[in-house]
Amino acid sequence: MTTIQPDLRKKKRFERLTDAQLLTIISGTIFVVMYLIAVLSIEEFKKPQVLFDITNYYSYLIIIACALTIVMVGGGINISVGGVICLTCMVCTMFMKDSGIEDPTLLLWATFGVAIAIGAAFGAFQGALISFLEIQPFIITLGGMFLARGLTTILSGGKNVTLPDDNPFAKWMAELEIKIPELGTQRIRKGKVFINPAVLNWVTIIAIAVVVIIYLVMRFTKFGRNTYAIGGNQQSAQMLGINVKQTRFNTYLLSGVLSGLAGFVFMMFNGAGGKTGIGLRFEMDAIAASIIGGTLLSGGVGNVIGSFFGAMILGTLQKIIWFSGLQEAYWQDMANGVMLGIFIVMQSVVLGVRGKGKISLPFAKGKASLEKG
Amino acid sequence: MPNMENQAVLTMRGICKQFPGTKALNNVDFTLRKGEIHALMGENGAGKSTLIKVLTGVYGKDAGSIWVDGTEGEARIHSPQDAQNIGISTVYQEITLCPNLSVAENMFIGRTKGPFVNWWSRNKRTTEILESLNIPARARQELSQCSLAVQQMVAIARAVDMNCKVLILDEPTSSLDEHEVEMLFGLMRDLRDRGVGIIFVTHFLEQVYAVSDRITVLRNGELVGEWPVAELPQVELVARMMGKDLDDMVDLDAVGEKSVGSDETVYEAVGLSSTECKPFDFQIHKGEVNGFTGLLGSGRSESVRAIFGADRVTGGMVMVKGQHAVINKPYRAMKKGIGYLPEDRKRDGIVADLSVRENIILALQVMKGFFHPMSRDEMEAFADEYIKALQIKTASQETPIGSLSGGNQQKVILARWLLTHPDYLILDEPTRGIDVGTKLEIQRLVLKLAEEGMSVTFISSEIEEMLRTCSRLIVMRDRNIVGELTGDQLTQGQIMRTIAGGEQ
Repeated sequence: MTTIQPDLRKKKRFERLTDAQLLTIISGTIFVVMYLIAVLSIEEFKKPQVLFDITNYYSYLIIIACALTIVMVGGGINISVGGVICLTCMVCTMFMKDSGIEDPTLLLWATFGVAIAIGAAFGAFQGALISFLEIQPFIITLGGMFLARGLTTILSGGKNVTLPDDNPFAKWMAELEIKIPELGTQRIRKGKVFINPAVLNWVTIIAIAVVVIIYLVMRFTKFGRNTYAIGGNQQSAQMLGINVKQTRFNTYLLSGVLSGLAGFVFMMFNGAGGKTGIGLRFEMDAIAASIIGGTLLSGGVGNVIGSFFGAMILGTLQKIIWFSGLQEAYWQDMANGVMLGIFIVMQSVVLGVRGKGKISLPFAKGKASLEKG
Repeated sequence: MPNMENQAVLTMRGICKQFPGTKALNNVDFTLRKGEIHALMGENGAGKSTLIKVLTGVYGKDAGSIWVDGTEGEARIHSPQDAQNIGISTVYQEITLCPNLSVAENMFIGRTKGPFVNWWSRNKRTTEILESLNIPARARQELSQCSLAVQQMVAIARAVDMNCKVLILDEPTSSLDEHEVEMLFGLMRDLRDRGVGIIFVTHFLEQVYAVSDRITVLRNGELVGEWPVAELPQVELVARMMGKDLDDMVDLDAVGEKSVGSDETVYEAVGLSSTECKPFDFQIHKGEVNGFTGLLGSGRSESVRAIFGADRVTGGMVMVKGQHAVINKPYRAMKKGIGYLPEDRKRDGIVADLSVRENIILALQVMKGFFHPMSRDEMEAFADEYIKALQIKTASQETPIGSLSGGNQQKVILARWLLTHPDYLILDEPTRGIDVGTKLEIQRLVLKLAEEGMSVTFISSEIEEMLRTCSRLIVMRDRNIVGELTGDQLTQGQIMRTIAGGEQ
């Protein structure tokens, strides 16, 4: 009596897509389709500038979506990113105002260093509590969120801090803009051609670079693969000889650094200065972006390319609503909510169709994939 | 015997380990020689798992010393990583790999140097290993797409590739079919000849004799003794493990008047099908014990899951006690007096963090509805009664069930169903992964329940067990019922022939 086993070792050029890959592809497809529909139906979308506006404005969201993806793949959560952005904006603004550094380039880099340091400090502190004392990440990062916002208020005395009018922002921003005349619009007035070039801001470049770097880190480094392993099955990961605590700590540290970077980017792009209300609900948008991009809350599945598309889908949606004339905030909220719902249902249907017609939420732990007698 | 040099690769002396309420290991010695397969035997709760976890650094030891060949002085093992570094590799009963990673990654993760991953060389090396060990998997395949048996083999391949001196196989065969077991044994012998010391933990006695050179027996956390396999006949081994003579076995045969049941049909299904199984007909009489048998993956479990409504039922007609019934979810089945003890008790059975008491009353509470809470006294009385009746070994009824041994967990789940007084009880692999003594207890209990008028469906992968308990066997192949055996037909040979069917 031998069982008949299909020869699985037959050479195959491509493996069957994994659920994770499929989810990323879905989110990418949705983004493209959604954008094409917008281009066909809304006049403004025909300008390439709209796409750049989205990436420019939502660069912070792309970065914190990456931060959330790393943590969620490791089986955790980090809801302090919005608070850290707020604190970073405040501290950086105060630093630029009062540091007394004269050289503008030096000031820029020093401010950048401050932002990263704040993020890293928060990440390390939270990561240490979560990994080494094994406290629930939700609670620790909730505490981190309050702590960051409280610190912001204490440092600023509850007042908004603004830079003087001759602040170096404008100059930097102008210097670092990438003008692409070919994609711009033309106007002819009094026989003269005025070109209004499309503007791609450097923050977009940073955000894209973050996505690419984090993707490579998650795919080709030991840290990245260990993160997938601890998210997939923590006990197994331990048995396989992975340092679970150190890996988990690193995920929070990295997400903290990215939060600091996002705060810096947000401040520079918006010229925002320090306000105590910055970054409210950013963490929720980032979680939504990650989930739409195919990251599972249960851990072990997801990648930052998907999260990038997730952030872009949310950004595009906002633009569509804006151009549709529904400019009240609640329309945007509702659209986000409906979108998230549709995505989750669609993901589960697609995964369900793959898995023998069983439909279960991708969140549901322990997919019944092991067959026995 | 290839173990010409009688050189110890592993020496454990005076190992003690205390858990709250129990002394898991008491002054245990263990010696493993180069190039031998050493079976570690004992009932559940004997301390095998604890000994192995101490050896692999999952638990710290309270007292005792460990020496490993090639390591100066006493081995310091504080984590699985330490154990790996000094050449001790383990393949556990539950697969300890990551299902969301590829086969190749599972082979190499946690043991490579440098911060970067070289996928190309990893995949190439994995393909070589898989080919040399004849494992039907591909390097780039996601592990969750492999069958349980293949996942197990990948775990072994990983250990093999680590050039370990000591290879621990903890119940490696419990999810493999015969063919795969043979493959594994071939691999074990091959490794032995290369000088690896293998610790083999299993519940299958035949397998011990098929492959081992030496046997160490533990009982209740203490060392009973160590024998070369030739000097310890199977009967004596069982006696040593149980710490008593074999009267109990004889006992069972005496009880062994199998219950055929009365004419009254308790449950009948026509054309029942679910998302997991093809339509089938089935009926069971009052007081009857029957069983589903077949090879791994033949659809035994899927069929009973359909009966209980645990999978999505897609068609068929069901009669319970002569009345038409719709059973499309477990709750309805319970209301109709059907109980189901699932195959995978860790996943579907126990709620590990709840106490023994809470686990016992769970099903009854569901039946009563949550708006009719039971009083504490009532719950304690029930729990007490069943802990005594089934001889569940637990420190108290408030102990979390997760800290009990496998056999005792199984008894708790059994108690849960017995408490609801079902008319029809489905036991899916109730004896898997538990010790010989408890196996016998459970079989005896099944027969007793049937005598009292309960109908029982009993599924086990050990045919001898089924033959001892069932009066009717339904044989399945490739998700179809291919035969039904009763009376004189109930012999191993006849079952094998029915399973093999037209494939000869």
